[in-house]
Amino acid sequence: MKTILYIVQKEFLQIARDKFLRAAIIMVPIVQMLVLVYAATFEMKNIKIHFVDQDHSQASGELIHKFSASPFFVAVDPSEDVWTGEENLKEDRADVVCVIPSGFSEAIGTGNSTGIQLLINAINGTKAELSYVYCQAVIGDFSNRILAEKSMMAGMGGIETRPRHWYNPELNYKIFMAPGILVILVTIIGWMLTGMNLVKEKERGTLEQLNVTPIHKYQFIAGKLIPFLLIGLFDLTFGLGLARLLFNVPVEGSLVVLFTFATIYLVAILGIGLFISTISNTQQQVMFVSFFFVMIFVLMSGLFTPVDNMPEWGQKINIINPMAYFIRVIRMVLLKGSGFADIQRELIAISIFAVSTNALAIWRYRKTV
Amino acid sequence: MKYTQRSTRHHDVVIDVQHMYKRFGSFVANDDLSFTVRKGEIFGFLGANGAGKTTAIKILSGLSKPTSGEISVAGYNVYNQTEAIKRNIGYMSQKFSLYDDLTLAENIRFYGGVYGLSRKVTRERMDELLEQFGLMDFKKSLITSLPLGWLQKLAFSVALLHKPSIVFLDEPTSGVDPITRRQFWELIYQAAEGGTTIFITTHYMDEAEYCDRVSIMDQGKIVALDKPQKLKQEYQAGTIYDVFLKIAR
Repeated sequence: MKTILYIVQKEFLQIARDKFLRAAIIMVPIVQMLVLVYAATFEMKNIKIHFVDQDHSQASGELIHKFSASPFFVAVDPSEDVWTGEENLKEDRADVVCVIPSGFSEAIGTGNSTGIQLLINAINGTKAELSYVYCQAVIGDFSNRILAEKSMMAGMGGIETRPRHWYNPELNYKIFMAPGILVILVTIIGWMLTGMNLVKEKERGTLEQLNVTPIHKYQFIAGKLIPFLLIGLFDLTFGLGLARLLFNVPVEGSLVVLFTFATIYLVAILGIGLFISTISNTQQQVMFVSFFFVMIFVLMSGLFTPVDNMPEWGQKINIINPMAYFIRVIRMVLLKGSGFADIQRELIAISIFAVSTNALAIWRYRKTV
Repeated sequence: MKYTQRSTRHHDVVIDVQHMYKRFGSFVANDDLSFTVRKGEIFGFLGANGAGKTTAIKILSGLSKPTSGEISVAGYNVYNQTEAIKRNIGYMSQKFSLYDDLTLAENIRFYGGVYGLSRKVTRERMDELLEQFGLMDFKKSLITSLPLGWLQKLAFSVALLHKPSIVFLDEPTSGVDPITRRQFWELIYQAAEGGTTIFITTHYMDEAEYCDRVSIMDQGKIVALDKPQKLKQEYQAGTIYDVFLKIAR
């Protein structure tokens, strides 16, 4: 135990003297919170809509006005011909082209059914899907009102759905994203710093001097893990503070639950970093391998895309993705107020991770050349 | 020179190597090495670069496993008792391998901790060694600020920190100026006087004269092994350098 403390002390001395590390530990949380949370948005505002009004009627004018009044749409210069609309779509001056055919108002007047054509830029499928849904909402509303006017049973109404959004009542995407970004933050800080640290000792030759001492492998791994565990927890605290300050992210659950899980999670992640550096000889190798896995873990974690939307095999892969567990848990604890009982399954899974990644690192760390 | 008159008073064997082989694929780095080193002896390993000296020293200090052979160091075998060996030896690598972003004192304190010395013992040993090695004034200096010769002295003091019975020095004086080399050998003698066995590799032929016994390696084999005086007689040479040239030819 004392030996481990000597290693921890040495690591902290070195970290304290390393300008880059000191800056990284403070700056990474700030930059991630300020940039990533704002940038990683699902919210759609300012959908550029181009109208091709071939009807020039009161009805078509009303419809266009309805779109313009919505906060989600910005009308660009309309035109008579579809061709200009298509050009705008191609040049990215418009996201949606809405074609109102001549005879539109006449059809409404006579009670016949009529159609509107929507051309949607679907390079980004998610955005296209959302744009379509928003357009539908506006057009549907318009259509309902006409039906109501025409109908003798005006005011009787149909079925109206009234949603209440639980856990994030204002559908504020920032309080959904910020906890996830926190997970990325502590993962990258912990994983990269430990991975680089051990392999740096190999590169500089200091590991050889350590390997001729009677130090135990577990002491060495623990001595390398503890400093970065503490730094990871510090950054989590710091990042969470920023998230609360900047986005008013709620803390519905207990911080004890969150930090217990975070500690075990970090041990697991640092174990991966250490394992990778035991099998690598240079910092480049560690970087490459780490980048590859972090990429996959982040993209599959459910941070940007709901895990439920993934194919079944993708969801299965997430069983071995520690990030997916933590992202789920941090959202559950912060937004929903989940306790130990609710995250039991994740807690067990991450504990298994922590034990096995560190066992691997200890096993693979060789005191011989 | 006064050094050569030192006689070995101790006769207990602390390093026993019989038929040691180390192969890397088809390359034989150590080819049937056999020798013994006695307690308190200064045993020199001579040879050109690539002769297999470092390979041998790494095996003896438990950093590498031999391909075959019966080898014991401090009474422990190098196959499965390497951790016991490591408790009893000090090691100084060819390449400086202490932490250059720590001070002298911090390096020593760290290694004292790793070897399981108490804080008090570490502090006493540190002052003793730094005093003896003339490094006291730099106790709080960062390693990066010191010249190589002093770093080698520091590395040697770290190797001696836990009072090991054997110290392995892998080309400790390469790249060091003649005066510092001379001082370094004084320190080696002091350590040997205290009963520490010194196993040293070098490619400086003049340094071989300071050893109690030298073995000359060439292409993985030991081609000569005796007291420097005896070798010079045997090969009718004035210096070990001439011996080496005769053998290598």
